[in-house]
Amino acid sequence: MLITVYRYNHEDDFSYKMQEYNIDVSKCNGVMLLDALIYIKDNLDESLTFRRSCGEGVCGSDAMNINGVNGLACITPLNKFNDKVVLRPLPGMPVIRDLVVDMTAFYNHYRRIKPFLQNDESVSYNAEMLQSKDDRKKLDGLYECILCASCSSFCPSYWWNPDRFLGPAAALQALRFVNDSRDNKTVERLSYLDDKYNIFSCRSIRNCMYVCPKGLDPSKAIAELRIKMLNNNI
Amino acid sequence: MKLIPEHSFDAIIIGAGGAGMRASLQLSRRGFNVALVSKVFPTRSHTVSAQGGITAALGNVDNDNWLWHMFDTVKGSDYIGDQDCIEYMCKNASEVVYELEHMGMPFSRLDNGKIYQRPFGGQSKNFGKDGQATRTSAAADRTGHALLHTLYQQNLKSNTVFFNEWYTLDLVKTDNGNIVGVVAVCMETGELSFLKGKCVILATGGCGQIFKSTTNAIINTGDGLGMVLRAGFSVQDIEMWQFHPTGISGSGVLVTEGCRGEGGYLVNANGERFMERYAPNSKDLASRDVVARSISLEIREGRGCGKNKDHVHLKLDHLGEDVIKTFLPGVRDLSITFADVDPIKNSIPVVPTCHYMMGGIPTNKFGQVICLDDNGIEKIVSGLYAVGECACVSVHGANRLGGNSLLDLVVFGRAAGEHFINNHSDINESLVKDSDVEFSARRFFDWNNKKGEHTVSEIRSELKNIMQEDFGVFRTGSVMANGLKKLFKLRDKMKNTFLSDKSLSYNMARIEALELDNLISVSVTVAIAANKRTESRGAHSREDYPNRDDDNWIKHILVNSDDKVSYRPVNVTPSTVDPFKPTVRKY
Repeated sequence: MLITVYRYNHEDDFSYKMQEYNIDVSKCNGVMLLDALIYIKDNLDESLTFRRSCGEGVCGSDAMNINGVNGLACITPLNKFNDKVVLRPLPGMPVIRDLVVDMTAFYNHYRRIKPFLQNDESVSYNAEMLQSKDDRKKLDGLYECILCASCSSFCPSYWWNPDRFLGPAAALQALRFVNDSRDNKTVERLSYLDDKYNIFSCRSIRNCMYVCPKGLDPSKAIAELRIKMLNNNI
Repeated sequence: MKLIPEHSFDAIIIGAGGAGMRASLQLSRRGFNVALVSKVFPTRSHTVSAQGGITAALGNVDNDNWLWHMFDTVKGSDYIGDQDCIEYMCKNASEVVYELEHMGMPFSRLDNGKIYQRPFGGQSKNFGKDGQATRTSAAADRTGHALLHTLYQQNLKSNTVFFNEWYTLDLVKTDNGNIVGVVAVCMETGELSFLKGKCVILATGGCGQIFKSTTNAIINTGDGLGMVLRAGFSVQDIEMWQFHPTGISGSGVLVTEGCRGEGGYLVNANGERFMERYAPNSKDLASRDVVARSISLEIREGRGCGKNKDHVHLKLDHLGEDVIKTFLPGVRDLSITFADVDPIKNSIPVVPTCHYMMGGIPTNKFGQVICLDDNGIEKIVSGLYAVGECACVSVHGANRLGGNSLLDLVVFGRAAGEHFINNHSDINESLVKDSDVEFSARRFFDWNNKKGEHTVSEIRSELKNIMQEDFGVFRTGSVMANGLKKLFKLRDKMKNTFLSDKSLSYNMARIEALELDNLISVSVTVAIAANKRTESRGAHSREDYPNRDDDNWIKHILVNSDDKVSYRPVNVTPSTVDPFKPTVRKY
């Protein structure tokens, strides 16, 4: 299989190059794209750089652009490719080295939506706060996000306004806390979103939903947030 | 002039998994200045992979009592868990789970709105007399993910200072043996810093990467254990490795014990539910060591499934689509991705896979690290704590129960933070010498200067093969003695290993080399301790010593980096109940 990888190290050169590796995939220790990258690093080129951790699609480390589409290398099977694959770092984010990008801005957007439960009531640890099954169900499709950034870095609106648009991932989490029956800052949360960019930069292109490795739909979450703003007269 | 810039904090925490972030939260909430150092962004830590749940006797589904949980845990440990620590963990379990819920952790719910609980292996009611308990709280089958993200969110709220993607090289130790910080490298820039603190809390997780087939993340390389060994201290019970009964055959990816808790069961090639033979009462919910051994025996005796007869089947299809989609959605995804099997329709091929390190850095119930002085007397290492999988408190002994690992993280992460709050003292600055700091940075420069013919990946792959073949589910003296010899040879070969990539910018090759130092240190201690323990207990199952030997082996084995072995007694003095006495362990 011919694997072509974007290479960049500012210590060597300020421009990137595309490097080709021809490998026998039967020698990899597994059937996923990540196994091929590890094979290259272990046997052909120690300097090839990428992030990885869990290897099973739950930690979100190894998001990258695979044949033009964002996804996780560890759950992308090699047999999906027709003997050729081109790998680039996540688009729209500064490259640190090879497939490793600087995700600081992405994490800062997440931080902006106050991604933690806010509840003013006095707290006692003798019992749980009750939550009905139906209320808990409102968190499904939201809390499962792994912050891999596949969505935000594949969103044209995010490319256009990376500093002011929350991006699909942070917006999804905004809804996760708005929807939590145990959180009592709903109005404050929705009011925060009320500007031209935070969620209104979204043009419903739906790339986010298309690439999400966990099958989540941030685009729909943004639509729901807008409706909730209307319903709360914001 | 100082060669390495210095940053001061109240506490330095190494590792941002469940234990590290619970410790940092305890401190930062109270206004302490906390540095949380992690080689990966916090939500990439291995806690994220935990599936089934966190055990606490909430009694939401069925009558329960924390003493029953304690009894099960002592029995599960095969009687070398420290009973004062197990008592502390089980007694505090409900409170820490309620805390997590108040932080916003999205637990699944019961009809009455309380936290959902499911049965897990090794659980019983009324001290083993009244059948299976239902004690493990869960957020579907993504409990670790839910817990880790919640703790990260709370740390954002409480303004913990994150050093994300910083790799810790070593502890900084003064001449009188106090720990005063660490030297760490920023992965993005390659710059070194001395992070100084009144204490260091190690929360670096397990070391499952010493085995070829493991459910552990690639980052689980025993970094904290390596640091402790290099600082001259010991690791404890390190021969005890849990093999999880249900890793997906081929990939090693975990599917939770919760599958069996929800009613799934294992079958062999004949379609027989074989656990009924090995554990007539608990069947598929016997302790993990028992189930893993049973599967291995089925395979060894030719009743394995598939054309190579090398796995068994985990059957879930009888549970129905609703149960699987509601409570086991993550398992279904993994099974489709890694085994090409939809458990709604077909059985998942599974095989015992290295999963958890019961041993680690010896601590008391406050997380304070314990060492032995020259006369073999126990003492506390001043300024050093260890929590989570890297620690050996010891609450898991020779075999951990499912659902007790997440509990261990939050109970002892919190305990260590709380202990520091009540007991900290300022660093005696005159004792901290630049040369101590520079000594702790040496590995960084050593790897730059090393010359030789072997690559890091070559040594690592040899190491994993040795551990897999010689120290697996079943162990034999002669094989292990030979394995230890091979490891000593490999340790020598390491001196002849070089790093070709010397870039400062996000150099993962250098990180992997530094991790290899830790992998090999830990492997040698595993091999030494496993050779030493001439009995079968919990996960340590020897074919040449098939029986448990309570007369000689109710004790902890300690090994240090000089390959020296010493022993500690097991604690049998819980404060609220009489100690549980060793009995024959049947499920």
